[in-house]
Amino acid sequence: MALDDRQLTHLQRLEAESIQIMREVVSTASNPVMLYSVGKDSACMLHLAKKAFYPSPPPFPLLHVDTTWKFREMYKLRDKAAADAGMQLLVHHNPEAQEKGINPFDHGSLHTDMWKTDGLKQALSLYGFDAAFGGARRDEEKSRAKERVFSFRSANHRWDPKNQRPELWSQYNARKAKGESIRVFPLSNWTELDIWQYIQLEGIEIVPLYFSAPRPVVERDGLLIMVDDDRFPLREGEEPQMRSIRFRTLGCYPLTGAVESTAATLSEVIQEMLLTTTSERQGRAIDHDSAASMEKKKQEGYF
Amino acid sequence: MTEQTHEYKVDALIAEDIDAYLSKHQHKTMLRFITCGSVDDGKSTLIGRLLYDSKMIFEDQLATLSKESKSIGTQGQDIDFALLVDGLAAEREQGITIDVAYRFFATDKRKFIVADTPGHEQYTRNMVTGASTADLAVILIDARQGVLTQTRRHSYIVNLLGIPNVVLAVNKMDLVGYSQDRFDEIVAEYRAFAKSIGIKEFTAIPISGLKGDNIVDRSTGMDWYYGPTLMAHLEEVPLSDRSAVERPFRMPVQWVNRPNLDFRGFSGTISSGAVRPGDAVRVVPSGKTSTVKSIVTYDGDLDAAVAGQAVTITFNDEIDCSRGSVIAAADAPPEVADQFETTLIWMDEAEMLPGRPYILQLGTQSVTATITEPKYEVNVNTAEHLPSRTLKLNAIGVCNISTDRPLVFEGYEDDRTMGGFILIDRMTNATVAAGLVHFALRRSQNIHWQAVDIDRTAHAAQKGQKARVVWFTGLSGSGKSTIANLVEKKLHSLGRHSFLLDGDNVRHGLNRDLGFTDADRVENIRRVGEVARLMTDAGLIVLTAFISPFRAERQMVRDLMAEGEFVEVFVNTPLDVAESRDVKGLYKKARAGQLKNFTGIDSPYEEPQAPELTVNTAAMTAEDAAEMIVDYLLRD
Repeated sequence: MALDDRQLTHLQRLEAESIQIMREVVSTASNPVMLYSVGKDSACMLHLAKKAFYPSPPPFPLLHVDTTWKFREMYKLRDKAAADAGMQLLVHHNPEAQEKGINPFDHGSLHTDMWKTDGLKQALSLYGFDAAFGGARRDEEKSRAKERVFSFRSANHRWDPKNQRPELWSQYNARKAKGESIRVFPLSNWTELDIWQYIQLEGIEIVPLYFSAPRPVVERDGLLIMVDDDRFPLREGEEPQMRSIRFRTLGCYPLTGAVESTAATLSEVIQEMLLTTTSERQGRAIDHDSAASMEKKKQEGYF
Repeated sequence: MTEQTHEYKVDALIAEDIDAYLSKHQHKTMLRFITCGSVDDGKSTLIGRLLYDSKMIFEDQLATLSKESKSIGTQGQDIDFALLVDGLAAEREQGITIDVAYRFFATDKRKFIVADTPGHEQYTRNMVTGASTADLAVILIDARQGVLTQTRRHSYIVNLLGIPNVVLAVNKMDLVGYSQDRFDEIVAEYRAFAKSIGIKEFTAIPISGLKGDNIVDRSTGMDWYYGPTLMAHLEEVPLSDRSAVERPFRMPVQWVNRPNLDFRGFSGTISSGAVRPGDAVRVVPSGKTSTVKSIVTYDGDLDAAVAGQAVTITFNDEIDCSRGSVIAAADAPPEVADQFETTLIWMDEAEMLPGRPYILQLGTQSVTATITEPKYEVNVNTAEHLPSRTLKLNAIGVCNISTDRPLVFEGYEDDRTMGGFILIDRMTNATVAAGLVHFALRRSQNIHWQAVDIDRTAHAAQKGQKARVVWFTGLSGSGKSTIANLVEKKLHSLGRHSFLLDGDNVRHGLNRDLGFTDADRVENIRRVGEVARLMTDAGLIVLTAFISPFRAERQMVRDLMAEGEFVEVFVNTPLDVAESRDVKGLYKKARAGQLKNFTGIDSPYEEPQAPELTVNTAAMTAEDAAEMIVDYLLRD
């Protein structure tokens, strides 16, 4: 094939763009970190990082802001993925949330606020990270459609949507004042389908919970919740039932709704995703409040 | 007039043979485009319609949309597609789009990224941002209105940013009775204008975003139109990265990849051309040559790589190469220069200051640049040239730029990556402008130092500062060195070039032949004054921390400097306080008679009468004092 006939596919273009972004951060930030949530987007991002710096290992650690309420299979893959990549894994638990025993059953939105939002801010300040990669995509939600690839946070980690720097061509202005930090989103231009397809093409390992299997669940407030460990307080009359389920998105197990499914392979998962008629984040309890809720959460520092 | 269906549609192949569908999808190409037009032109409606018709809207989103359409929509009981894309809460309330939002959809042939940008003149910078990465522009016109001022503005920007494909979408055809005459009239008017600003070709399509005519489905009301629907055109238009591959090879180096002593590779994204192992390459600006040993990727070494790919290249020779260098075809390297004619699009609230140094980022290079007064500003509505002394927010003008180091570049017309740059304010770190390189005013190899009068102003201007001597005076142990050190740290972190002359340190070298008699003290200060003066000639901010007890010598140094350059800082610490601190144990020695001529004990200290600044260390921390001094220095 003549060279000038080579046209990059959309996935090749996206991959190259993400790699360019990661290399730019490593060249300009003094202490970068990659936020790693163990979901499929994180898995893609980590894979891209391996590609961006090969044959060097990615020159930054992974940070998991943990809530202690993730699925057990997530913890297993987290540790394995970090070891496979030859990267340091930092796990942060908000000591205040730990001390107060904040949990998703008794504390509602405080659970997310303290473990995740506050925990993230604490960890970034604790280690003095000045740039943090996140796996957010612009197609996830309306207010994210306008977020920059390099998104600036004030010294107290706030996002000001009215005061964003213009991003032209592939030029990123990574300069910041002391105390300020950047969140960098190398997957900005990827869609959910792109992510799935990339996972399939590249053979990226993801948490088995994305695939259907018989798992113990209870039905609560319209969501199918998996009973992942014995901390789950069963209400009267609730009896976990084995049902063939899988997850479209992963978070804290008591807050993540499963879908009934028989999709046990990547092709089947993608097929189901394409045939489904609800958007991805519907399984997350956090977004239901109002259309503008994510924007508000982000201003407060939620990733 | 198309069939209105609001039910959810899916591709039959997904259900029947997912693997066949995926393999089709996997070979898709990607088109990035921008939509230009105002809310009134139906821009958001059009994008909402594209998303909807390409099945990118889920049932839950549709449900939210229907609910919102009824409460805040503008289409009565019908779905208001505009609500799908107007993202930020504030914008939705005001009913305007104020930022750039990116939308995604895909068909069987292509993945699309749409930059949705506002149309009003006060958002020119947002449109420029969206246009910078676009392969195609859809210029929307309201069929009832025809070519308007804003159509001209959008077209001018589209052409300026070098978007290779232009679509003129004549919208709201349903409101002009699907009239061919009206369409032809608008196209003719636009053609005349487009030609005048240099747009050679465009594709005109009559549409109705609201009704769905000629978006995805052919309109049944315009049988006089034989061209493609908008979607068909977006799917078929040739991509611009084809032409990038045909140009000579260039790869700006982003990062040096050095996992161990045996491997040294250069990582970057190829901006144009192609490369193979064995190719002769030249590293610019150093000019050193070598041949490509390997093209390394995670997926194995490649036998060739082309524009758009992110790779790591190794050489057969050990030659200097680092971030900012450009690896290029040895026989066709890019130009290097330090003075350019450029077009600037100003993007900051604070207007451009000719002569002020800004940081210029181009490719992976970062240099300091100063801008001349604009040759002219462009009236974006008429393309007329206007005289101007500065550029304000959203203004576009042609200016010369000179850089402190030679810059590797291409003309923007040929290469967006190597010809497009941003300017950054050194204080606020804001991106203040986007720039397009036209051409070099002269090549840097022809520049000789003798040819330019590099005087003290030029030295200082290059460093983006005013040369100063900040003269700290006060008793031993008053806190001069501590404060001076803090000031220097702050200046350093603000990117200022400074140097701290400390009393003790100078006496170890330059002035080691001097003692502490009055005569020696005078000579000490005279020498320090001369050194400080030389350093201000070099454009530095010089900080000096000397007791300097005599007014006359301080005045002597003041007289060496230009008006306003000498900043006397009196560090006012009472003798008993300084003595009680006695950091170096000197007061104790002096009181014991072991040290002669000690200031404050047996040698006088003459307090300044009119210092520029006084620091009362009893009432102020060293940190606050340093802050105050830095504020003073940066005030003008």
